[in-house]
Amino acid sequence: MKALVLERNLPRFAASRVASLLGSGRGAGVGPLELLDVAPPEPPGEDWDHLQPLLSGICGSDLATLDGRSSRYFEDMVSFPFVPGHEVVGVLDGGGVDHSGQVLEPGTRAVIEPVLGCAPRHIRPPCPYCAGGHTGLCGNVAFGDVAPGLQTGYCSDTGGGWSTAGLVAHHSQVHRVPDSFSDEDAVMVEPTACAVHAVLAADIEAGAVVAVIGAGTLGLATVAALHHLVQYASPGTVMVGAKHSHQRQLAESLGADAAVAPEQLARAVRRRSGSLVLAGRLTDGADVVFDCVGSSDSLAASLAMVRPRGRVVVVGMPGRVSIDLAPLWHRELTLVGSYTYGVEPPLESSLPGRTFERAIGLVADAGLGSLVSATYPIERYEEAIVHAGSAGRRGAVKVAFDLRNRKGGSR
Amino acid sequence: MSPRPGFVVDVDRSTPPTLFWRGERFTLERLPEGSRVIYAPEPLDPLKDPAAAIRSALINPVGDQEPLPTQLHAGMKLTIAFDDISLPLPPMERPDIRQLVIEQVLDMAADAGVDDVELIVALALHRRMTEAELRHALGDRIYDAFAPNGLLTQHDAEDPAALVHLGQTDQGEDVEINRRAAESDLLVYVNINLVAMDGGHKSVATGLASYRSLRHHHNPVTMQHSRSFMDQHRSELHSSNWRMGRLIADSGVNVFQIESTLNNDTFPPAFAFLQKREWEWGVRDRLGFMTASKTLERTPSRYARQIFHSVRSPHRMASVQAGEVEAVHKLTTDNIWAQQGVAVEGQTDILTMGLPYVGPYNVNSILNPILVACLGLGYFFNLYRGKPLVREGGVVIMTHPTPWEFNPVHHPSYIDFFEQVLTETTDPIEVADRFEESFALDPWYIHLYRTGHAYHGVHPFYMWYWCAHALQHLGAVIIVGGDEAAVHRLGFRAASALSDALEMASDMVGPSPSLTHLHAPPIMMADVR
Repeated sequence: MKALVLERNLPRFAASRVASLLGSGRGAGVGPLELLDVAPPEPPGEDWDHLQPLLSGICGSDLATLDGRSSRYFEDMVSFPFVPGHEVVGVLDGGGVDHSGQVLEPGTRAVIEPVLGCAPRHIRPPCPYCAGGHTGLCGNVAFGDVAPGLQTGYCSDTGGGWSTAGLVAHHSQVHRVPDSFSDEDAVMVEPTACAVHAVLAADIEAGAVVAVIGAGTLGLATVAALHHLVQYASPGTVMVGAKHSHQRQLAESLGADAAVAPEQLARAVRRRSGSLVLAGRLTDGADVVFDCVGSSDSLAASLAMVRPRGRVVVVGMPGRVSIDLAPLWHRELTLVGSYTYGVEPPLESSLPGRTFERAIGLVADAGLGSLVSATYPIERYEEAIVHAGSAGRRGAVKVAFDLRNRKGGSR
Repeated sequence: MSPRPGFVVDVDRSTPPTLFWRGERFTLERLPEGSRVIYAPEPLDPLKDPAAAIRSALINPVGDQEPLPTQLHAGMKLTIAFDDISLPLPPMERPDIRQLVIEQVLDMAADAGVDDVELIVALALHRRMTEAELRHALGDRIYDAFAPNGLLTQHDAEDPAALVHLGQTDQGEDVEINRRAAESDLLVYVNINLVAMDGGHKSVATGLASYRSLRHHHNPVTMQHSRSFMDQHRSELHSSNWRMGRLIADSGVNVFQIESTLNNDTFPPAFAFLQKREWEWGVRDRLGFMTASKTLERTPSRYARQIFHSVRSPHRMASVQAGEVEAVHKLTTDNIWAQQGVAVEGQTDILTMGLPYVGPYNVNSILNPILVACLGLGYFFNLYRGKPLVREGGVVIMTHPTPWEFNPVHHPSYIDFFEQVLTETTDPIEVADRFEESFALDPWYIHLYRTGHAYHGVHPFYMWYWCAHALQHLGAVIIVGGDEAAVHRLGFRAASALSDALEMASDMVGPSPSLTHLHAPPIMMADVR
């Protein structure tokens, strides 16, 4: 059985970082990632089940890791060697139990909520965040019965989605996939959940002007979440800055009121908000900006186009950035991160629910499975990763590994 | 030898290639046999003594107006308004006509003891002029005497305190103009009439008006009913301005109109070949063309733009007349036709035009894609009387690089218009209905118009409306050599060569179309029969 394994190998990380200067993902061939024969991971306890991946996506955070661009902040929250892949749909080949305690038959398709919080680590009592359902905020991601790893796909004990050997998932991580879902729909649930979490935490009021910077997977899922979870209840204006024309078309088809080139976004927001311009910033501007890129430039742009006392939500994973925070101070802005998922507040008459459940609903409503643009067998991982790193330029959105019918075999 | 009139040449095998402007460059194109090329008349002899002619005009006004000196007296309030940077094109060599005229008006005012005199640039919704531009137009003596004391101002169409609403015409059109001008004992308006559209009641009713007033005639319906707006008697744009002008007069505003025309001597000697007929080019002209075109080919666009915008035109005053607005304007129109008129028999299937680097709204600036459209379909297309040069359903082919480039200081609202309006629709009526007001009332554009050097927020709409008649009339518009994305954003078709454009046009006009090339500038007016 084969898996893509990432070793702690500093010379190879350095080589990958250099190669990535030619383009994200270019370091896959010279970096610390290798295709190896592996055995299936051992479950860390009886409340864990084996999941055989069908599709596993390549995420922006995976690319940052492979490119050697990830923040060193995460160093103590991963354990080597690990198999990447946290966007996973797979089959519980031996059956299992889902997050709600429901028993699932062998062969049931499931997606995993990859955060490795207190429950998978058998930490009792759980931390206050996990106790409240906000597992993404768990501080125990390096402790307990499982090796350090903030998520499946960064932990040496659990395996990851980029593997024909499969991975192990704690009951609390398992969500059954609706029968109506294609595998492509299902693999979009995890990134969609990140967007749902960001949008529902943003306190968007009726009539708000909302800007979204970036229209990769996260940006487009954010647009869909804004349209389906916010716009219906509180109509406003959603404007998107997207580099590539297919991204702009997709953003508009998912509900954006306007999708423009990134350099045009501030002007479009200015027009919509009737703002003046002072010191390169809008005097009024968007009520909320979702930064789905996480770079110095995108953060600076966010701060320049949000209104005083507005909110900038950082959805894309940032690293070390350099920005001028004077406007944040002067205009009393809120700069808030949005990481993964947990429990979301109720919508109208519904009860609070796990973000993943909302994401499953949104994937169905918005047809987000269509964002999966290309799949590759893991043997062609270099090609796949380069494709993912240049997805926008090449007219793609989500690139994934296709592991279907691969249990125990190699191709 | 008297100057030769305009001329239409039929292209045959012996006809040399024809010069086409392409922005800051030009090329020679071989037109199909049987094509027609319309050449402007040669420059009329200029007035031998412009100062004397101006003085004579001021002393011997036409129409129901008293001589200027008899209207000037101590204690009166005198305002002199004058055309802005949009005229003439290219800017003329010093001394500018405005300087020549205003100096004499001021001398007469001084002789009469008038001490309340103000000068106003009649900007309408154009950008404010810079000090250098004002010094060029007025001369240093006038500038230094008036500007430091706040007596030289630029019309502010967004300052409520500086406007006065004089009433509505019988068509319900609001007439709101500059308060100082309206409340003066005498308003002297100094025109440079480059084309037949300029002057008349349009000078005050447009040049000193507010958006509230301008919107009544600067709209797509009016423009579609101005055929052409160079022909006052068939121009709804002018009818509206005339109604407003008469209301202004009836309100007691005493307008002493001074209009001047220019001869066609447009380019300095280094570019003399630009206003000659190609088969008459001598060795010096051929060398001039070769040197200029080769040099410009290798020159980055921004530097080529600088070179051309530093060109000062040698054109000279061909006539000057003063007095009552309508009487003056009739003489002016006749004089413009005398210089620019060319008789043309019948329409054409395809009209080609080489667009130069400058139009009225990009002096010292960039001819952005919207202005390219306006220069071609607004101005060049409308250089006719009678019928359009091109038949209904015909094709206009323009050559211009049409860069996706804007001057953010001069044209900020153009950028947003291009990005946010033309992406939605290019239909002038829909553009007006859906977007005009929000641009016109946008406080940021108003701020930039009032305090910087920006055209008003609504101005790109007017440029698009200028195209409305052509857009309604034509079957297709093709731009040769333009930035493809920018050309498509305008709703036009892009071709890389004239031959490709002609092939594309055949879809609309058949395989053996008639073709006419408008060999401008120098400017001409086609009298199409």
